[in-house]
Amino acid sequence: MTEGGSLRVLIVGAGPAGVRAAETLLKHGVKPTVVDEAPRHGGQIYRQQPDGFKRPPRTLYGFEAHKATRLHQAFDSLKERIDYRPNTLVWNLWRNVAHVAGPKGTDEIPFDALVLATGAMDRIIPLPGWTLPGVYSLAGSQVALKYQGCAIGQKVVFCGTGPLLYLVAYQYKHAGAEVVAVCDTARLSHAAYLMPGLLAGGSTIFKGMWYAAWLKLHGVKVLNGVTPLRFEGTDRVNALRLITGRGGEKTLACDAVGHGYTLKPETQLADLAGVNFGFDTMTRLWLPAIDEYGRSTVEGVYLAGDGASIAGADAAELRGELAALALLKDHGMAVPNARMVALMRKLGRLSRFREALDRLFPVPATDVHAINDEVVVCRCEAITAGEIRHAAHELDAGEVNRVKALTRAGMGRCQARLCGANIAELVAHARAVPLEAVGRLRGQAPIKPLPIALTRKADALWALNRPDEPWSG
Amino acid sequence: MTESQFHRVAERERPSLTLYLDGQAIEARRGDTVLTALLLARHVIRESEFGDGPRAGFCLMGACQDCWVFLDAGGRIRACTTMAEEGLRLVSKVSVP
Repeated sequence: MTEGGSLRVLIVGAGPAGVRAAETLLKHGVKPTVVDEAPRHGGQIYRQQPDGFKRPPRTLYGFEAHKATRLHQAFDSLKERIDYRPNTLVWNLWRNVAHVAGPKGTDEIPFDALVLATGAMDRIIPLPGWTLPGVYSLAGSQVALKYQGCAIGQKVVFCGTGPLLYLVAYQYKHAGAEVVAVCDTARLSHAAYLMPGLLAGGSTIFKGMWYAAWLKLHGVKVLNGVTPLRFEGTDRVNALRLITGRGGEKTLACDAVGHGYTLKPETQLADLAGVNFGFDTMTRLWLPAIDEYGRSTVEGVYLAGDGASIAGADAAELRGELAALALLKDHGMAVPNARMVALMRKLGRLSRFREALDRLFPVPATDVHAINDEVVVCRCEAITAGEIRHAAHELDAGEVNRVKALTRAGMGRCQARLCGANIAELVAHARAVPLEAVGRLRGQAPIKPLPIALTRKADALWALNRPDEPWSG
Repeated sequence: MTESQFHRVAERERPSLTLYLDGQAIEARRGDTVLTALLLARHVIRESEFGDGPRAGFCLMGACQDCWVFLDAGGRIRACTTMAEEGLRLVSKVSVP
């Protein structure tokens, strides 16, 4: 198979990884199909504002404005030459066919090779009151500002951990919103020890330090080593209660909170594609198993960007290009080996940086273990920590899919995007076993809700109605 | 009494449009999502089906599915990924006969 023109490649996602993968394929004579949920390309980090908005890239993307602009221009210059489908969801994969739903209804896209560049979302730790109006995900708080020109409230607290806390707080303050405090569970006390790794990311760490310094200079409280206790309020949030790094309790009055503990990959389609997953001890998550080029364990299925593992936007661009080159090579096409080596060298540096960042901003799993029985963990189905512990303990469910079946935790509309990792933490802790021993929630189609009218039209249950033909493995 | 949750800090000059929630007019701007339009006017968009309180969306990026609202004409939309349109009619509660 050396004829590039006849090779059918589907790329899911038009963020940094998907755009660079598409560009690389096109350069080698392969016209991919790019399916993206958003109305405009760019992904989350370089998300474009709607038509008619006027803020310049510098306002939207700060230090990264030139990278965002370059990425947008790269895709603008090629999108007419490929099959680009914005506003479109890939809701199922079955063998070598993607089932999609978009503005023109539903469709099936057969492919020879698949590049999953599905991106990431916030990782959340449930606390009492986290379902109250006014509490939003941290990255979502950034979307409100970047995409809509809105702040999530008039007095905002940012809470959780990760570099994004400081960036979003800076962007809010800079836009004129009142930022009450940045509350980071990380102590950052070992930053000096991690400096060699942090410096492998180039100037990024200095930008982060600059944001933190700027916030303090502009009167924003920056608290490190905190333990968030609860969001207070009855029909909307009015305060965050926490334990400070020094051990005292503190109440911060606010009318909105941006809440998030770093990011986690969107792996639902990788799961439906049947790829193997491996347990990552650092992030305490199950991640799709890939080689250093982005090849999964299923032939013809490649992963790139934060949808494979969190490494950031710069790495995502490189990984998108590298996965595309590996794909081309695997299909018998000539690719520049020197370029592949150069990409891997750059990625090696960025992975040392990522490892240091993961150590600097660890996700506090003990905060999940410590939540009270009354706290809602699965917000779709309103299932509490107590119900999950009961299933794990009294009902002797030692595996997360069993707990899901018994409690409905993780069975709601979001497909366990928010609660999956937390259910596993609670079950493992309740049974005093290692986290990887309780398994991983299986993905299900559709990966997001579809209007019933659409599913009828498309015989959506097509694959599900053929029990004799399993979809993978 | 309901107060606004979101607060505009930029992009104020865009053509206006009107949508309706339970028959009440809500002023919005072209380019606002339905969720933005609702949250600029109020701080609750729906009640949890399980009686554990009000909700107002969460992830704001089409992942958590916590901002689905009902259309007056029937059907539901995910408010954070649907653009507000002139004359759009929404209902906050659907009574089952």
